[in-house]
Amino acid sequence: MTQSKTLPPRPADVYFFATCVIDQFYPGAGMDAITLLERQGIRVHFPEEQTCCGQPAYTSGFPDEARKVAAHQLTLFPQDWPVVVPSGSCAGMMKHHYPMLFAADPVRKAQAEKLSVRVYELTQFLVDVLNFKPEDCGSDCTVVLHTSCSARREMGVHLTGRQLIGDLKNVNLAQQDHESECCGFGGTFSIKQPEISGAMVEDKVKALKATGAERVVSADCGCLMNILGHAAWKDAQEGRTTPSLPGEHIASFLLRRTSK
Amino acid sequence: MNAQPIHFKPSEGFRARSKAVVDNPFLRQSFRGAMDFLMSKRAAQFPDDEELQSLRSLGEAIRQYNLAKLPELLERLEANLTRNGVQVHWAETPDEANAIILGICQRHSAKLMVKGKSMVSEEIELNHAAEAAGIGALESDMGEYIVQLANEKPSHIIMPAIHKTKEEIARLFADKVLGVDYTDNVDALIQIGRNVLRQKFLEADIGLSGVNFAVAETGTLCLVENEGNGRMCTTAPPIHIAITGIEKIVEKLEHVPPLLSLLTRSATGQNISTYFNMISSPRKPGEKDGPEEVHLVLLDNGRSQAYADEQLRKTLQCIRCGACMNHCPVYTRIGGHAYGTTYPGPIGKIISPHMLGLEATSSMATASSLCGACGEVCPVKIPIPELLMRLREEAFSKPHADPVMRGQGAGYSRLMTSVWRSWAAVYRSPALYGVVTWLGSRFGWLMPSKQGAWTSVRVPLKPAPKRLRDMLRERG
Amino acid sequence: MSARDRILGNLRKNQPSTAKSLPDVASWFAGHRPVESGAEKVARFRHFIELAHAEVHAVTADNWLDTLHAALKTRGIDRLLVAEGTPHGEVALDELPPRGVECSVYDMAIEAWKSEMFNATPASLTAARAAIAETGTLILWPDALEPRLMSLVPPVHVVLLDATKIYNTFYEAMTAEGWQDGLPTNSLLISGPSKTADIQQTLAYGAHGPKELIVLLLEGEQ
Repeated sequence: MTQSKTLPPRPADVYFFATCVIDQFYPGAGMDAITLLERQGIRVHFPEEQTCCGQPAYTSGFPDEARKVAAHQLTLFPQDWPVVVPSGSCAGMMKHHYPMLFAADPVRKAQAEKLSVRVYELTQFLVDVLNFKPEDCGSDCTVVLHTSCSARREMGVHLTGRQLIGDLKNVNLAQQDHESECCGFGGTFSIKQPEISGAMVEDKVKALKATGAERVVSADCGCLMNILGHAAWKDAQEGRTTPSLPGEHIASFLLRRTSK
Repeated sequence: MNAQPIHFKPSEGFRARSKAVVDNPFLRQSFRGAMDFLMSKRAAQFPDDEELQSLRSLGEAIRQYNLAKLPELLERLEANLTRNGVQVHWAETPDEANAIILGICQRHSAKLMVKGKSMVSEEIELNHAAEAAGIGALESDMGEYIVQLANEKPSHIIMPAIHKTKEEIARLFADKVLGVDYTDNVDALIQIGRNVLRQKFLEADIGLSGVNFAVAETGTLCLVENEGNGRMCTTAPPIHIAITGIEKIVEKLEHVPPLLSLLTRSATGQNISTYFNMISSPRKPGEKDGPEEVHLVLLDNGRSQAYADEQLRKTLQCIRCGACMNHCPVYTRIGGHAYGTTYPGPIGKIISPHMLGLEATSSMATASSLCGACGEVCPVKIPIPELLMRLREEAFSKPHADPVMRGQGAGYSRLMTSVWRSWAAVYRSPALYGVVTWLGSRFGWLMPSKQGAWTSVRVPLKPAPKRLRDMLRERG
Repeated sequence: MSARDRILGNLRKNQPSTAKSLPDVASWFAGHRPVESGAEKVARFRHFIELAHAEVHAVTADNWLDTLHAALKTRGIDRLLVAEGTPHGEVALDELPPRGVECSVYDMAIEAWKSEMFNATPASLTAARAAIAETGTLILWPDALEPRLMSLVPPVHVVLLDATKIYNTFYEAMTAEGWQDGLPTNSLLISGPSKTADIQQTLAYGAHGPKELIVLLLEGEQ
């Protein structure tokens, strides 16, 4: 049962912070997220000067470098509109870590705090602000949802993705083993500790495949890059030519399911 | 037993040790099974999330309150213990702690020390020091006994022998315990251990234990256990020596019930341990048992370094439940030994640098995906991921005067620093970012098929032929 | 300078300047733990200690010795360590030997008979000072009459508990009894027989302490 809650006022405009991963590697997911928002009657603004939230440097132990990059993003959202981010990880960085990152800089700290309350992860925005109830136009299928650790533990939005997929009447949401466990991406962790990261993604892909779902859906492209990258590598190793575990961003999945 | 000392070697060889476990499907399965078991036991203890979260907040508040008063509380604890007849000793380093303990043993011409479970005694490698001094040091917790028989170190702070199967233990007992035939019946194995160790409790000159909470207002040492060996070690031999880190202190007795509840429920999923043993004095006149002397050794070993920094001080909130390792996807993959430190898992990564220096531990902080599972379950709300990022910063920043921790800058590399500098230069400048990513999209097909560690188990990354901003421009 | 002075000096130098407010433990318990009736506490105590593998018998002042006798006989135990000078110990000393159970007493310091305690004492009888319903826990304060090893070394430990002395929580027990004003040499919480799961997470009882814990729950006349 969903709790009844008061929705914040429905905005006419939002900023879209695409994230560097989507801009460079999954632009289709970004387009689909924007289209999905526009179909809800929202004007979506894409500040062209956006680059990266700064998280890679921040989590790698280089806060000075992260600060320089983050400081630039702070200047991009002058209007009091929500900032929608199609990634729990980058949203978590902007919402929770920016204020800490600028703790010693009163001016930027104040900016970061003002920004923080406006930052939404995409599925959170769709459910908690727009009260979006996707109407399913697709045929029967089974998918499995992977929620990033940042979305789950930092943003606390692990239920919104489930809810959106749950609303699709012809979609069966499979339940994977160890659902809440990390996929092993963790930014530079995957490079610095490839053996452990590799073992984690191997187990994650096995668990996702074991559900029999025809695809994996996630609201974080970092995880997708890791999960799909391993699944494809495994396919190549074992001589498969069709992907054994296709996957996509939840925005793309939702857009397709709701398009006639 | 324990022919050669096993010294700490955390960073060196960490990757090789991790790989050895990761490549062993049997071990992988065994750790996974053990961690799943401990996770489900804990979850069953906390059916009510509001209760859990409010109890965690209370636990955090209690630990922070007491840490804020730490020096006064240590003095008060010392005064009250002394008044109760307990002798208090202070040690800054493992060597000093060993010297104090062995000094007490030698004054009493002790030959055999039986030990209750104490991670601090592992931290100072007491067993080796004792043996070098000709004093037998025998572990009596079943898991610790098994690990000692095998000439290994504990691989988990609560379940020391969690890396061993019953068949391995059966073979170990058959090989090492006199007059024992092979059996892999767990009850029979425990009986073997019980019989060997009962004789030792009877004979031992010294009983050594750790401390879970030291209560300042009453001068009381509290011990949590299930087996009864802790009670044996603190009651049967004529001398009891307890050793603890200086942070394990609470001012008030009423601080104990919430922490005890958090500890046992988080650690093993028990609503309480079989025994909670509160010791306030040696044997008093007229009493018929209990040690004639009780000693407490308070060990610093880097804790005051963590204490000095507001953020790092949170490390000292730990009550050693082990829930962080039970829930850690990294620990689950590699087990405890790969870390090479006394304390493995997430808590090991944040406490060991203070004990061993960042020189020896800088690579440990990188062995985390920062997934946050540890912080989520920590019963006293230590922000472990945040502390890991801080340790990365301390390790990789350029060495400077007046560092907050030993080994600051130990992982500094000019190359890595310049890579991140260049990264920042590109990503802080929309123009440069535009050029670099445009080149990436046009020439992405030139990306090498081998991309270092990434492609060891993944296909190479290739930028999309059009960036999102290009697609948006085209759409108009 | 001593290690003590250096450690305290280092801590003082870096001590936070502002104290934290005293955590409100009382409110947490008031808000999260029910106040229960005597019967509810008895039921909860019993549920949890039985879950921990203790054997519980409801007894009365008139029949507890019969129950104790029967429990020993079923196990083939004909020797019991009791506390001379306690009411229950005296009853046992008077009435058990004629019924075939030899009673030994803890009448000298352990050094004089340690080997006998470890090797030839199959069972013991002590009283509990009180108990805790929340966790199914016995509270024992060993003393000169009922020393510490009595509840630890014999493989079977029988405990007499007055059912009216069950507290809701550990917190309630310690605050109601004013423990903060002074604790004995040793105070104990016991919540079942000794156990371990150190071999492949398989639970086994009787690791080092008693293999069996028998609780005689003394309920008032009703």
